[in-house]
Amino acid sequence: MADFTLRVRRYDPESGEAPYWEERTVSLEEHRSVLEGILQIKARSDGSLGIRCSCRAAICGSCGVRINGEPGLACKTHIGAAQRHSQAIGKGGVIEVEPLGNMPVIKDLIVDMDAVHWKKIQRVTPYLIGRQPVPEREYIVPRESMLDITQTMACIQCGACVSDCLSMEADPGFIGPAALAKAYRFVGDPRDDRRHERLLDLSEDPQGIFDCTHCFKCVQACPKEVNPMGQIMRLRRIASSDEQIVDANNGVRHEAALSTLIRDYGLLHEAELLPRSYGGNSWFGKFHPAAARELLSSLPAIVKAVLRRKVSPRQALLGHKLPPEDLKAVKAIYEHVEGRRSPHRSERYELNLFIVGEDEDGNESAPAGAADKEQSA
Amino acid sequence: MKVAYWPGCVSRGFTPELHGATAKVAPLLDIELVELDRANCCGCGVIAEHNQELADTLNARTFALAQQVAGAELMMNICSTCQGAQSECQERLDASSEYREHINETLSGEGLRYERGLTNKNFLWVLVEEIGLDELRARVKRPLSNLKVGPFYGCYIVRPRERLQIEEEQPRDRYLELVIEALGGTVIDYAGARKCCGFPIVTMNKQASLRQAGTHLGDALDADADCLVTPCPLCHLNLDLQQPLAEGVVGRRLGLPVLHLPQLVGLALGLAPEELGMGRHVVRPKSVIDWSTAVVASAA
Repeated sequence: MADFTLRVRRYDPESGEAPYWEERTVSLEEHRSVLEGILQIKARSDGSLGIRCSCRAAICGSCGVRINGEPGLACKTHIGAAQRHSQAIGKGGVIEVEPLGNMPVIKDLIVDMDAVHWKKIQRVTPYLIGRQPVPEREYIVPRESMLDITQTMACIQCGACVSDCLSMEADPGFIGPAALAKAYRFVGDPRDDRRHERLLDLSEDPQGIFDCTHCFKCVQACPKEVNPMGQIMRLRRIASSDEQIVDANNGVRHEAALSTLIRDYGLLHEAELLPRSYGGNSWFGKFHPAAARELLSSLPAIVKAVLRRKVSPRQALLGHKLPPEDLKAVKAIYEHVEGRRSPHRSERYELNLFIVGEDEDGNESAPAGAADKEQSA
Repeated sequence: MKVAYWPGCVSRGFTPELHGATAKVAPLLDIELVELDRANCCGCGVIAEHNQELADTLNARTFALAQQVAGAELMMNICSTCQGAQSECQERLDASSEYREHINETLSGEGLRYERGLTNKNFLWVLVEEIGLDELRARVKRPLSNLKVGPFYGCYIVRPRERLQIEEEQPRDRYLELVIEALGGTVIDYAGARKCCGFPIVTMNKQASLRQAGTHLGDALDADADCLVTPCPLCHLNLDLQQPLAEGVVGRRLGLPVLHLPQLVGLALGLAPEELGMGRHVVRPKSVIDWSTAVVASAA
């Protein structure tokens, strides 16, 4: 048994008081969970503390909270580990427990999942629409595709990813990681009949798949390794490459422009990237009205950058390029990889570590040159 | 130590002061830079989003070039985004020998080959893990006393933790704080240190993008920061180059200077702000220049 100090964020809307922090000490063995600590406070010192929980085994997804500023399940976090983490980040071993973010607080650690999370889940038509004609017996599907979607099926709807989504923080209308991972669960399911329509819907919504800022917060937050951002990237890839959908956020144009510029220059030509993302993927893109409007609105930044000699006019116009030999090699890679691809997705060579796992070849002989000193795990 | 040095694209494009500052600072730390001037863009995660195999092949090419540098202890980058995008590709390449063979086949046209297990470290990691905080402290000529610095990491260098090998005994997501302290500066604790600068969606949702940049800058100002420091040139673009536009979105004056990590290190190692290219920032690092003038004057 050891003593642990929990610093809990309290809030009771009926009291009319602002939220406040309250410290309580609990005694538990260090392999017990933070949830048990919270429940001990509730049982022994303050029955009014609000927390939602049920299974205590990381299955039901009820007890999502922020612990030391990071979202997760209270029942899946060891209280001893939480204390060490608090020490490591300079909070002196006091375990901070707060309600999840990006959602209104109902009371103490209980947030309004209906107002945000469930509404967004509803938004993506979260059920299978069977492919027609419905077979007499079962649908026959490849094993890999079902394995693939088990990753998103592992979601327990705890809201940890929603809590810390940085796109949602800046743009609350963003559909968000949990709902988009759920969308992939059906887009990736060969039995579903609405693949194209689903992708079209999520691409044409300016707060859809192209509103994700790629911050990996959801990947880190998820207690079930659903990898929501990874699923969003796959939705983008399938929408643009396979379904030829052009989105409402310049996302596909941006992707195409970046990819083309690197093929042609080997390095990123920043000054060309912006206008092409708005105006279309060619040198003439900048003369498109959308690109011109964008360039005009960015003028204050551009003028300052040129004045400060941050960017020379020559650099802005011509960009930088790899030496000719290397550029040729880069182009050859593009031709080799992209040339082999037809528009059919089956030809794409995508290594999905969730399905194949890792080799056990960690004992290969060490290579020369910039060799690894600590073999990566 | 000798490193295969990957400067990335932006440090030679829109943030030339970063590449310049690194070249000035490296010799002061006995880092010999062998520039990978034949290597290509990492694809910033966007190419992987478009075609994973293409991104993996392009980065395997860079890794193979790095492995050819004789006597190099590791590959060093100066961009959080390069670190993240390259680590992602390396994770796949290192995970499967079959996949690696497949990628190497494409590279064989150029006579290149990637062998499993390259070490690729951002300058920040090199500072703490290779040079060491004690050594760094010993080399400080002009401690950053009274300079209040807010760390800004960039998402790709702090998440996902497992891929980036961030562990209890290797707290890579605390290194900026440790470096600022070792250089004698004061760490500013504010909400945005590990949040997104917004740059990845600047062409997709400009308002949301600039709101992110503006909010973090504002939070740091409210916490009394003199400047921010970042190991990521793409964050620098949104936080510095776009700061005048971000001011419009969040509706407040900001004017917070943002330094590249090598600039902050260089300052403490005794280099002058002009030498480190600070005149090239959109937001003039006035607070930092004033600080260094005052320190130099008091020493004279």
